[in-house]
Amino acid sequence: MGNLIEVKNLKKYFKVPAGMNHAVDDVSFTISKGETLGVVGESGCGKSTLGRAVIRLHEATDGQVLLNGEDITHVQGKKLKKVREKMQIIFQDPYSSLNPRMTIEETVREPLQYSGRFQKSQLEEETNRLMDLVGIDQRLRASYPHELDGGRRQRVGIARALALNPEFIVCDEPVSALDVSIQAQVLNLLMDLQEQMGMAYMFITHDLSVVRHISTNICVMYLGQLVEKASADDLFRETLHPYTKALLSAIPSADLDHPMQRIQLTGEITSPINPKPGCRFAARCPYATEACHQPQKLEEVEPGHFVSCCRVREIN
Amino acid sequence: MAAKEAVAKPQKIKKKSMLAETLERTVKAPSAKLGAILFIAIVLFCLIGPFLSPYTYDQFDLMNIKALPSLAHPFGTDALGRDILTRLMVGGRYSLALGILTALLGSVVGVLLGSLAGYFGGVVETIIMRIMDIWSAIPGMLLCLLISATLGSGFTNTIIALAIGGVPGNVRMQRAQILRERNKEYLEAAESINCPKSKIMFKHLLPNVIAPTIVTATMTIGQTITMAATLSYIGLGIQPPTPEWGAMLADGKADILYYPHIILFPGLIIALTVLAINLLGDGLRDALDPKLRS
Repeated sequence: MGNLIEVKNLKKYFKVPAGMNHAVDDVSFTISKGETLGVVGESGCGKSTLGRAVIRLHEATDGQVLLNGEDITHVQGKKLKKVREKMQIIFQDPYSSLNPRMTIEETVREPLQYSGRFQKSQLEEETNRLMDLVGIDQRLRASYPHELDGGRRQRVGIARALALNPEFIVCDEPVSALDVSIQAQVLNLLMDLQEQMGMAYMFITHDLSVVRHISTNICVMYLGQLVEKASADDLFRETLHPYTKALLSAIPSADLDHPMQRIQLTGEITSPINPKPGCRFAARCPYATEACHQPQKLEEVEPGHFVSCCRVREIN
Repeated sequence: MAAKEAVAKPQKIKKKSMLAETLERTVKAPSAKLGAILFIAIVLFCLIGPFLSPYTYDQFDLMNIKALPSLAHPFGTDALGRDILTRLMVGGRYSLALGILTALLGSVVGVLLGSLAGYFGGVVETIIMRIMDIWSAIPGMLLCLLISATLGSGFTNTIIALAIGGVPGNVRMQRAQILRERNKEYLEAAESINCPKSKIMFKHLLPNVIAPTIVTATMTIGQTITMAATLSYIGLGIQPPTPEWGAMLADGKADILYYPHIILFPGLIIALTVLAINLLGDGLRDALDPKLRS
């Protein structure tokens, strides 16, 4: 199957008073049609920035994003408009992602209006279809976002993202602001929709149990860089990078015979502003040596399993 | 068949135009309704009143100088024996127009510049905000006199002179509002669904930041009416014998101890106007906020 999304050496730097914030630094990955790429990492590691840079909400500093083999990193005008119809985003916070002064119906209908695909008379019908698709009751059409609970608001956000039949959706922590019971509903909705419509997801989260459940492949990010990339099964079966190990060890275990053995990390997170070359995790890594302060490369250790660690063979 | 009806039903709700809907909601609250009635009454009083009055605004009655209210002169006469009621009615045309247009001009300029500064940031913001800093370093009254003296007296010039002092405050307030709202995700969402930049600004951003400006504008109207009097006093602004509420207030000052009615009635009508507009402004602010909708 061809690659729907191909990201090559994507960089996004932000200028801050203290220097350059390397929010996303040299990240490459591919996503095939209909699959889900999970992106995990701690807060502030650049997951959301990466997602926004891929769908052109942030202008990339360097690198390339290819959609169906076509470079879209710097397209403008009409082409950008077409590209945006194919790539959508679902936001983390359903409270700030909906305009408080627009009714549910208006919010869902808005993307349809700008696309020019629909006649005025079809808009109503299409809006209804979308609301049904994500399970919003028709009686809520004239409601305002503040009258809805988090789960329903998130459904509205999903309907808006789905409106133009995108091929790719960035889900930026779509369930982390919701109650656990609602989380499951929204996750199932997302998975059902994927099955029906066949779009690919880039699923950004810090919730490890969620990412395992939903992803085909997983990328682990640390301070703007990918440290490990593998299929979901491989990653959980054979964790190779020291950071991933520490991360996965934090998943609570309900099994008394195999209680969780938490790897406690010590030390501070290195600043993403003007970072030194070399492994960014080295300062907190229990296995760090001199060699770790040299620039690291993402290496294919096993087929389909990439790790960015020079000591990966010694420590495993 | 039944299912078809169920689908058809919600479509029957007739969509009113946004303006009509907003107006309707504005006057729904009792206080706003009172404000609206009061305001319309004052406007009618000013527009129609002069035609019903037996006097003209500049008609001297030297036998009746500073007369107390009577049947012939319900609000009394001023220092030159002119009928205060008639002068209030004619003066209201100028004062109301002056107050409302000035507040409007000040807010529109403030909203435009403040939005540009807040939304685009960077160099645009720096340039606009530094100009505002310099602007606000000159006292408002002084600036007003300066502009008025440069442009000369007259209705339009007076409006410009009066509006200009309020601009920096409005710009700052608007910019602060935009900064608060600018990073909300619904704006990013709008961008991702190909909403044009102008629409993001006017449809998404502006309605969510406009409330404080509306409230400030309604309060500015009262201030402006009295400030216009200061201009008339030093020979700028609206010129006598054309009456104007602020100027009438200033005229009555000297006689406040012995003939308080000369200052009382202009004062009352200014207070009533400000009250009416404030009530209306509050109603409008609430009408624009869906959270307060029942």
